[in-house]
Amino acid sequence: MNSAQIEIQLIASLVAIACAIPGTFLVLRKMAMISDAISHSILPGIVIGFFITQDLNSPLLILLAAFTGIITVVLVEYIQKTGLVKEDTAIGLVFPALFSIGVILIAKNANDVHLDVDAVLLGELAFAPFDRLFIGGTDVGPKSLWIIGSILAITIGLLLAFFKELKLSTFDKGLAASLGFSPAIIHYGLMSVASVTTVGAFDAVGAILVVALMIAPAATAYLLTTDLKKMLWLAVSFGVLSAISGYWFAHWLDASIAGSITTMLGFIFLIVFLFAPSKGIIAVMYREKQQRIEVSLLTFLLHLKNHTEERERHVNHLQEHINWQKVRAKTVLDLALKNNMIVLNKNIVSLTEKGDTFTSKAIDYIITNEDAQIEDMKADFFLFRG
Amino acid sequence: MDITEYFSLVFTDYTLRTITLGTALLGAVTGMLGSFAVLRKQSLLGDAISHAALPGIAIAFLITGAKDSNILLLGALVSGLVGTFWIRAIITKTHLKSDTALGLILSLFFGFGMLLLTFIQKQPNANQAGLDKYLFGQAATLVESDVWMMAIVTGICLFVLLLFWKEFKTLLFDADYTKTLGFNTKFIDILITTFIVLAIVLGLQTVGVVLMSAMLLAPAAAARQWTNSLATMVFLAAIFGAFSGVFGTAISASQNNLSTGPVIVLVAAVFVVFSFIFSPSRGLLFKQIRFIKNRRDLELHKTLAFMHHIAETHENISHPHAIKLLNNFQGFTKKTLQKLVEKNYATIDGSMWSLTDLGFETAANLYTKQSTEDE
Repeated sequence: MNSAQIEIQLIASLVAIACAIPGTFLVLRKMAMISDAISHSILPGIVIGFFITQDLNSPLLILLAAFTGIITVVLVEYIQKTGLVKEDTAIGLVFPALFSIGVILIAKNANDVHLDVDAVLLGELAFAPFDRLFIGGTDVGPKSLWIIGSILAITIGLLLAFFKELKLSTFDKGLAASLGFSPAIIHYGLMSVASVTTVGAFDAVGAILVVALMIAPAATAYLLTTDLKKMLWLAVSFGVLSAISGYWFAHWLDASIAGSITTMLGFIFLIVFLFAPSKGIIAVMYREKQQRIEVSLLTFLLHLKNHTEERERHVNHLQEHINWQKVRAKTVLDLALKNNMIVLNKNIVSLTEKGDTFTSKAIDYIITNEDAQIEDMKADFFLFRG
Repeated sequence: MDITEYFSLVFTDYTLRTITLGTALLGAVTGMLGSFAVLRKQSLLGDAISHAALPGIAIAFLITGAKDSNILLLGALVSGLVGTFWIRAIITKTHLKSDTALGLILSLFFGFGMLLLTFIQKQPNANQAGLDKYLFGQAATLVESDVWMMAIVTGICLFVLLLFWKEFKTLLFDADYTKTLGFNTKFIDILITTFIVLAIVLGLQTVGVVLMSAMLLAPAAAARQWTNSLATMVFLAAIFGAFSGVFGTAISASQNNLSTGPVIVLVAAVFVVFSFIFSPSRGLLFKQIRFIKNRRDLELHKTLAFMHHIAETHENISHPHAIKLLNNFQGFTKKTLQKLVEKNYATIDGSMWSLTDLGFETAANLYTKQSTEDE
């Protein structure tokens, strides 16, 4: 591994961390699409900034472009406030228009601007180590490393300073406002950090990867935990993990690093989406199936309790009366037997004492409209779950 | 070439005619289907789908090695649908919200598509030069078969829309009711989503992945401002979309260095801004005018009530009072007084005013009347 490779991985990891922090809050505040809008609409800001400064890495350009990002947010909110269209439509209208202006500005000045729309959208991480920063003649490392490093430092500083305010306003806006934290300041503060991060990172990794790095790690982490601190740590680790593995994947494939990091992010998300312990799709589907069977079981027990006559309690009757398929009826019957809720006597089903208590309690909960309590009660009665 | 020259050429020049027809058709079909996307609050779905279509194009190229746009678009369609259903699964099965799901799929698919595109570029068979055009679109590459394709899809869309019109409409406004009526809402839902995906995929070649969502939204958002009827809205959106296409092509053809996609989007944005401001019932301009007018009416009422209050204390209601008396009262202006005179509610004699019988009557009933007509 040579020094350029180490530097690329370092830059990618720093970008990943710098994006994951505001990204977590954007995801929690249901504003993930705003990051997409910002990442597109900074283009005119970058182009105009480039006309003025003639340097893609100048701080002025970053500020100008970040300012365009804020304008996007303000415009979206203004359009939304007029009530003419919904918020998502407002987002969808604003950023393509701004992006088009950027593309046209570039096209009309193609001779003066050495700026490529592809480069803005996709970035080229592989070239990042060649643009170096010299202080007093000594080489102190790649420019983008310093830019993203300072942005990250500011982000972490703000996060530590305002963690409690951010947390509160994210989860309970009303309480935060009544305690005197201005929701507007926190909102625009977060938006500014997101804009600055997007602009600072676009040069290295491109605008689209910024969106991926903001949303994907946070969304993945959200599937695994509901604790904000843990979520932040998880998001950061997922970001760094995909940054480094993505780099080597790109190295092996000889393709775009940004694209490959995104692919890694997608891969990690897919794995977590499928296998996350309680919120993954497999766990959810298993739980849904379990609940379906347990609801059937309850229906069955209620039926038994209601009928004393033997004809109604015959095994074969289940199928006709409750209209279950054979397999389902058998599963329910087995489950009830395993849990000692019923006894079978010459194909006549009757409730045991335990089954009777369970059913009576369930009825009590149902008629008092506290169905949710049944779920807690199941733990006391069930030896085996559905 | 300037615009007038363009319009004289458009009927004779083959290329220009093809491109203009293509963009007009595209605008019409996206406008039509976009109306449904906007009303179903799925505006950003278009953005996600268009980005999600990119890997499909790359994979279709990798598998077939052909640059035939129909095959590539088929790939885009499949990958767009995969993206859409994944978004659905995320929203329904996990606690992640729709914005997260959209942003996630959008960026992940696009990144994966870019990975594949760069991978293709490094392949020895350097036949791939045309794939980049799907990023930002190139209307100039439209050929007659593409336009035929669009015409066919537009025709099918129109047919399906008419066939399932009432189902779409009820689903749009009351999904639960539709379900209780016995319609298969899942099927209708999938049908309309599939057509939205189809329209987006069609536009990729012309407008490109990045700007396609605006084509879907802008005409519909503009049309929404002019009407409250779904049929009119769909019709208007199609018209707006088609005109954005035609004007956009005309402007970009008459200038150097202007790609068609962004210009079409900006023209559509102009339609939106115009509609936002000038629509008679919802527009900002008329809303402001109505606001000012209401305030005036209110002030007129206030002045009249105040005058009534003073006149009440006298036996003769037409007893003259000094205009100065009204000065310490906010609602009073010379104009409102003049208006009262015009309406024959009051008379002015020099610096004195007096209420007429009619004015007194109106003022007395001002706040007891059930309905107050506009003054």
